[in-house]
Amino acid sequence: MARKIRVLIAKPGLDGHDRGAKVVARALRDAGMEVIYTGLHQSPEMIVQTAMQEDVDAIGLSSLSGAHDVLFPRVMELVHKNKMKVLVTAGGIIPEEDVPTLKKCGIAAVFGPGTPIEDIVKFHKERLKAKH
Amino acid sequence: MNYSTLAKGTLKGDRKAAARLISVVEDEEEGYREAMKIVFCGTRGAGVLGITGAPGVGKSTLVFEIAKSFRKAGKSVGIVAVDPTSPLTGGAILGDRIRMTDLSADPGVFIRSMGSRGGTGGLSLQTSNVIRILDALGCDEIIVETVGAGQTQVDIMGMADTVVVVTMPGTGDEVQSIKAGLLEIADLYLVNKMDLPGAMNTASDLKSMLDLVDDWKGWKPPVLLASASTGRGLDQMLEFIGRHRAWISQPERFLERRSRQARKEIYDLVTMEVHRMIESKFPSVKLDAIVRDVVQGKLSPYEAAEKVAAFAIR
Amino acid sequence: MALSLKKKGRGNPSRATRRNATRTKKAAATEIVETADRKAGYKNQSWMDTDTVYLPNAEFAYDDKLGLPGEYPFTRGIHSNMYLGRLWTMRQFAGFGSASETNERFKYLLSHGETGLSVAFDYPTLYGYDTDDPHSEGEYGKCGVAVSSMEDMTALFNGIPLDRVSTSMTINGPASIIWAMYLGAAESRGFHKSMLRGTIQNDVLKEYIAQKSFIFPPAPSMRLVIDTFEYGMRNVPRWNTISISGYHIREAGSTAVQELAFTLADGFEYVRQGMERGMDPNLFVPQLSFFFNAHNDFFEEIAKYRAARRIWAREMKETFGLTNERALKLRFHTQTAGCTLTAEQPENNIVRVTMQAMAAVLGGTQSLHTNSLDEALALPTEKAVRTALRTQQVIAYESGIPNVVDPLGGSYYLEWLTDEMEERAYRIFDEIALYGGVIGAIEKGYFQKAITESAYRYQKDVDRRERIIVGVNEFTTDEPLDIPILRLDPKGRDKQIARLRKLRRTRDRAKYDAALDRLRKTAEGESNTMPAILDAVKANATLGEVTGVLREVFGEYREQRII
Repeated sequence: MARKIRVLIAKPGLDGHDRGAKVVARALRDAGMEVIYTGLHQSPEMIVQTAMQEDVDAIGLSSLSGAHDVLFPRVMELVHKNKMKVLVTAGGIIPEEDVPTLKKCGIAAVFGPGTPIEDIVKFHKERLKAKH
Repeated sequence: MNYSTLAKGTLKGDRKAAARLISVVEDEEEGYREAMKIVFCGTRGAGVLGITGAPGVGKSTLVFEIAKSFRKAGKSVGIVAVDPTSPLTGGAILGDRIRMTDLSADPGVFIRSMGSRGGTGGLSLQTSNVIRILDALGCDEIIVETVGAGQTQVDIMGMADTVVVVTMPGTGDEVQSIKAGLLEIADLYLVNKMDLPGAMNTASDLKSMLDLVDDWKGWKPPVLLASASTGRGLDQMLEFIGRHRAWISQPERFLERRSRQARKEIYDLVTMEVHRMIESKFPSVKLDAIVRDVVQGKLSPYEAAEKVAAFAIR
Repeated sequence: MALSLKKKGRGNPSRATRRNATRTKKAAATEIVETADRKAGYKNQSWMDTDTVYLPNAEFAYDDKLGLPGEYPFTRGIHSNMYLGRLWTMRQFAGFGSASETNERFKYLLSHGETGLSVAFDYPTLYGYDTDDPHSEGEYGKCGVAVSSMEDMTALFNGIPLDRVSTSMTINGPASIIWAMYLGAAESRGFHKSMLRGTIQNDVLKEYIAQKSFIFPPAPSMRLVIDTFEYGMRNVPRWNTISISGYHIREAGSTAVQELAFTLADGFEYVRQGMERGMDPNLFVPQLSFFFNAHNDFFEEIAKYRAARRIWAREMKETFGLTNERALKLRFHTQTAGCTLTAEQPENNIVRVTMQAMAAVLGGTQSLHTNSLDEALALPTEKAVRTALRTQQVIAYESGIPNVVDPLGGSYYLEWLTDEMEERAYRIFDEIALYGGVIGAIEKGYFQKAITESAYRYQKDVDRRERIIVGVNEFTTDEPLDIPILRLDPKGRDKQIARLRKLRRTRDRAKYDAALDRLRKTAEGESNTMPAILDAVKANATLGEVTGVLREVFGEYREQRII
């Protein structure tokens, strides 16, 4: 049986805007991946624990409230602390000037508003190709 | 590949190793069987509770509440949540965690979502393996959540000590669907969302359906009402789960159930092995020729099957 | 049962008429159809089929469907002289950081000609958490102002004449607590409750449906809402005790028709539950207001507002039997659609917002928020907010649009579209009834599923370029962004927490304990919670503490599993 790509789509913080997260989750599913969706209001600890238990290949973090500057680096800190090999991407409303900081802490890509979902799918397929 | 390190890690309580090993098993990677042999030796006999029912009846909330009560009693909990895989794309959205978020960061809980995947029909086997991994990891109680019969076809009775079939008040279709496939597997019926109109009717429909069976061999499944979201009726359900467990734990019964489960698993494994052997070893040119003969009417399907089976048995 | 609504004026005759009209239309328009090859790529936001051109319809029942402006069924607006009497309220949604920072922004907006205030609260406040709660990590002051106590509320409106400016507050789960803080703060400055004007959003149903900032399960949430209706009716008569919102339903991805139908269905549910409490709907319904989205499709949006007014008036009069004319008039606030703003070429957003704002004005809105061009990037800067306000002022004072009442009334296309929206809304009401009404449909995930489906379908259209978004999937450039970004005071959170801790240290402990005790007992019982909440906030109980008591009594709601 072929190895399945597993992706965690997570909503950190209190922000309830889940439209983007759900659209991305569906698109990844339609591309044949297994998508674990956390639901709203996740703390960084919950997200990293979930990623570990679910043994995902990738984590997609979505936030539109502006809390990314605090919460995303915290997720990365825990990912590193647990020595997890996982591709982490981010989406939502994230100012251009915050992107370098996020990338520096290990986030592989930041998908802003207007990113075609196909690009997000392609990115995951390419970066996780080694699995197949 | 050799996955024995992951298996040994699991036995030592390494959650990351266990999680990785589950993926290896799910992907049926070469060498997973060897790892499972190690895991099997490390199992400690965790209690296994099965929760099944149609989509939307509130299974996840129920699992969450039951898990919380196990946690309160100081037990560690493993949860396996199986969701259907799309037959078209092979993808799946696994969302059972949405209803269990408060447990995500609890070190005494390990939740794993599984897609039903289809494939070689090994889902029940793989689910059993995941249960074993969680058992070997040290979970005291394991809860398995599956979508009702007909959709993911997990043989939940073959792996759980107690099976709760969950339904909710509705148009009556629910009871029909239970009749169609879930009747034999339930140790306990739960009408969830008891605050909705028609709950009593659904419960009495179920009861009268059960009354048609003459001999329950000592355990007639009770029909209970509850509201998982408000907590009403949950204590009663937990009490009945406990009673069933006490009943099933009597030595001869326990032996009977476990023997039946083991027998079934052996059969399933053999079937899978035969499949695998035919797929990997039987020359495809030869198989194509047999298929052609059947299509052209030169050979009956029965004769064809005998030929192929003979190869596997040889 | 729940939604078996009367369908006067939408029966078979009008449908037959339409079919005839279509036939004539088709003959007349052949030539145009042949040349209109671009049309294949164009669809409105509800995926409706539209004809190429619309012609007069001799059987159009003018009196029944339109009437005069200010007259039943109010399709043409709720005032006979509309904006000739008074312009809409220019009300910019604002809030960030601390109460005093937002207070400055309010004063800035008022000094630039804004005519009403609208408060955006930060996420912790929306969920009833204090700034120092662990749940608030990373969220302080972003997306809105942090208000954890009556003291914060007092600072928020410092120096603003509350008897002359009306205030809208976007708050739902903890609406009654925030409202109590406002009433308490106003009272301490000598403004009596009876003179205060404003709105609390207070629409919990749409939280379960779309916006997701819910706290309690539906039943206790609805009780709190009806408590505010009752309290408002008796004590704060000029206040809108709810703003029944389609805005968020649309932002979550619904179509225009779904926005219309879901919102009105919520409205009917509130009226029904208020009546179940034993209140006279003729008295409490006039205090219910609405809030709609203004999206990209110009005519579809205008038709949506007109259909909303007509359906509401008919249902209130004929199904609910109301006689007070004020209760039949659907009054609404509009906000331009945040989800249409693009991060690419953000200046284009000014043009989008202008079109959307025009649709709202032509649709007869009572108040309007126009989004700022930079909101797909971050919190809006002062200058961006000013431009957004100026957009409204240009429409009001330069375009001539407000000089005539309902200038688009009678447009063949618009009237057809209005009828069509109405008819489709009724089909959705029927579906909701099959789920046992709004609450049943929420519990079974009907709304959430429908919205998620629409959102995914829309995104696929965009990705396949079957919908063109200028600057995103067509007419793109590689220019780097040149938009300044608003930054919050990095020490703001610490200062807010210090203020909060001081308040907890210095308040009258005995008074506080007694108030919370009374609140708990009231919540456990059945009487109106508003007086006890008011006492608690006046005793300087914080938002988190008051909500905490209610969380203990009512329990918490968890999101449905719908993806």
